[in-house]
Amino acid sequence: MIEVRNISKSFEDKLVLDDLSIIFEEGKTNLVIGGSGSGKTVLIKCLVALYKVDSGSIIYHGRDFTLLNEDEKRDVRKEIGMVFQGGALFDSQSVEENVAFPLQMFSPMSPEERKERVNFCLNRVNLPNAHNLYPSQLSGGMKKRVAIARAIALNPKYLFCDEPNSGLDPKTSIVIDNLIKEITEEYSITTVINTHDMNSVLEIGDKIIYLFKGKKWWEGDKHEILETDNEEINNFVYASELFKRIRKASI
Amino acid sequence: MLFKNDVRLKHQMLQFLHTTGEYFLFLKGVFSKPQKFAWFRKQLFYEMNSLGINSLPIITIISLFMGAVITIQTAYNIDSPFIPLYAVGLATRDSIILEFSPTIISLILAGKVGSSISSEIGTMRVTEQIDALEIMGINSASYLALPKIIAAIIINPFLIIISMFQGILGGWFFGSLAGVVTSTGFVYGVQYAFQPFYVTYALVKTVFFAFLITSISSFFGYYTSGGALEVGASSTKAVVYSSIFLLVMNYLLTQLLLS
Repeated sequence: MIEVRNISKSFEDKLVLDDLSIIFEEGKTNLVIGGSGSGKTVLIKCLVALYKVDSGSIIYHGRDFTLLNEDEKRDVRKEIGMVFQGGALFDSQSVEENVAFPLQMFSPMSPEERKERVNFCLNRVNLPNAHNLYPSQLSGGMKKRVAIARAIALNPKYLFCDEPNSGLDPKTSIVIDNLIKEITEEYSITTVINTHDMNSVLEIGDKIIYLFKGKKWWEGDKHEILETDNEEINNFVYASELFKRIRKASI
Repeated sequence: MLFKNDVRLKHQMLQFLHTTGEYFLFLKGVFSKPQKFAWFRKQLFYEMNSLGINSLPIITIISLFMGAVITIQTAYNIDSPFIPLYAVGLATRDSIILEFSPTIISLILAGKVGSSISSEIGTMRVTEQIDALEIMGINSASYLALPKIIAAIIINPFLIIISMFQGILGGWFFGSLAGVVTSTGFVYGVQYAFQPFYVTYALVKTVFFAFLITSISSFFGYYTSGGALEVGASSTKAVVYSSIFLLVMNYLLTQLLLS
């Protein structure tokens, strides 16, 4: 579980996160949704301490991340896996080397055990034959899957995904969503996903937090989001013509 | 107008102080214990090859031709019958050892290696690869910059020694070919009144220059933000600042070691 208590973050004079308090639950896919500029990416970067919060605390199973020094933060980060929007795979390394990288750095595994673990992770994301490919040779969906494989290599307790579906077609998006959901439940990970993809919300949203102007505007699950009267949420959820028609038909 | 200029100057001064402070904080992060020594050693050899051995062709071409030009120009300028012709070899040797090889070759490396380091690290920054390293719990500054800095400090003195030989060789070969010096006269001049301390001086300078080039370029790459345009801008800044500080350091070291 990750507990966010009253965090605020501003850049120069612009307040991006405004006194935000959220609990991200273990074994669930926690989705943070909101329009562009609502503070989703800043929130996720504050959660992993890539940005320092101005005030408030972020607690990982009783450890206040904001009070730790750099070395202690690095120890907590070893329990974190992150899937970036663009994958953030290391260009100079093959798929196998990318997935093996955290293992080489932090695990006492022998080369054979490492190879076995890499094979397991790549099989888990349905890429059993991509070992020798380089990031430039991969499609967008494959990059995301390799990024997921790398993120789960060290059996993380926390998984963060920043817009894992951006730039992907709807079918591949569902594959990625289901993969994240399965991994979350399988290993009882606390997963936080930033997205503005409504398909993801309805597919895997165990817990949904809607951000608006840096504040938590609404909280619920994938069923409640369709029934809420909150106007701001409805404007977001039913922004597309397709969803408007679906809603009209259901009413 | 005067007020506006004062404000701008003050802003620039503050910016300079801020960047200098940031650079030293970056160095503090860089010089920490490597995460895994085996990985560091692997990266070190990779960088020695990438930054050093791969620079040999350009160093060879420049050294040979600069040696040739120094010889021909020196011979052309010696028109007094009281100056012996072997002075051409001596002047060429000293010019190459004292200034050309350590300073000019390092300036060329600042362009070649500096822009490569800065754009490589800058691209990693804008594509979030550095963030990925940080989130894995890796000290990214040390992981990325330390092998490059140490590799350059180790390999550059060898490159400069090779450049010295090539420069003198170029001077002898092309000078003889052009007929401005005799082969024996040039070789005699090269051996005449040789001061081994000049080589020490050149190598001390090289080590400082290697550190400046790699650390400044890594710094500008590391703090890149934005996209492709900013990566290009960081790369330019890396080359410009490395060159300026290299020349300042050249002056300081010359004052310290030779005066």
